[in-house]
Amino acid sequence: MEVLEHDSRARTDLPPVALTAPATDERAARRTLRAQIAKLERELSEAFVTAYPMGGLDEAPTRSCAAPRLLDLGELERVRDDLAVRVRSARATITERADRQAASRVQLERMLLEPGRYRFVRISNRELGEPGCGVWQVGPRLGLIGMLMGWWQVKLSSGCPLATGRGAAAAD
Amino acid sequence: MSFVSGGVAPELRAEFPGLRLQWTQLEARVRASPREVRRRLRELSDRVAGAGVVAMRTQPIPHAYRSFFRHVGLDPDAARIPSEAAAVRRLLDGRFRSRDILQDALLIALIETGVPVWALDGRRVEVDSLVLRAAVGGERLGGAPDGLSLPAGQLVVADAARVHATLFGEPVPEHLPGPGARAIVLYAVAVEGVPAIHVEEALWTATDVLKAG
Repeated sequence: MEVLEHDSRARTDLPPVALTAPATDERAARRTLRAQIAKLERELSEAFVTAYPMGGLDEAPTRSCAAPRLLDLGELERVRDDLAVRVRSARATITERADRQAASRVQLERMLLEPGRYRFVRISNRELGEPGCGVWQVGPRLGLIGMLMGWWQVKLSSGCPLATGRGAAAAD
Repeated sequence: MSFVSGGVAPELRAEFPGLRLQWTQLEARVRASPREVRRRLRELSDRVAGAGVVAMRTQPIPHAYRSFFRHVGLDPDAARIPSEAAAVRRLLDGRFRSRDILQDALLIALIETGVPVWALDGRRVEVDSLVLRAAVGGERLGGAPDGLSLPAGQLVVADAARVHATLFGEPVPEHLPGPGARAIVLYAVAVEGVPAIHVEEALWTATDVLKAG
């Protein structure tokens, strides 16, 4: 009891404590959320650029194109959480495609070392993460003779087909 | 040439210290673009390629606008920021299309700096009171009774008399400078992360094209 009375007296001697207004607290929280959103936006942009040559990212369901307005704490949290999910998903996509490309490169190395074990296997440049439309393919040297004799080789096909082929020209 | 800092409502300034409105006024007429301006657009078309457009969002100024779009509830993947929208349009059209000297001046300023600039007819705007603020309930776009009703809280560009545009939106058609306009108000909206020099450069470029053309 004495202690309580002592505490109470002591408090009246202290200068008034400056309390933080809830509005200021919320503003600080919103500022933190905006910084997190900006960071996630940067990470998503970098993931977008990284994934582009691999075939791009899956299109995310876009939020309704609302009018610009001040978002409250809950809305900013939702934006941040949505972005975090998209960044995570983008990284998973990039990792999965990078693994697939690495596996294709290993497969190509093996094809080059032992073409006879990978007869008629095709790997496109796209699967290797390379630009262009070329395709690596194991085929027999000298056609049927090569098939009978077991002479196999890896050939890289030429580039992309023309946008308009002869068929289209003939049709005109 | 003087660039004036417009107002930003206190509640907006408190939330977004980097949000700025800057404007300038000049005497110019809207007409077809002269050959030099069309040539400049052609040269700019040659500078924009697919790979650059893909990587654009990682550059500081587009990143600043994309982040701000998210901060105010817009999805920049659905409603593109102005510089990305212009670049994508260039890829789809094959070139930057010349429309008139005013639109070309705004486009050149946007491509060269990444900062969007809009124009208002000088007769339709009380430029000294131009401000970025939140709309109040019952307010209408353009100020006319039949104008689009704005939800309370929507961010707009307005003066003391009327709302001219939603933030990052095109001004209402009646307030755009037409062939009869003699005075044109150019305004740019900058966000945190956009250096002041880029905003001034954007306004200067647009003004320069309009005056020189």
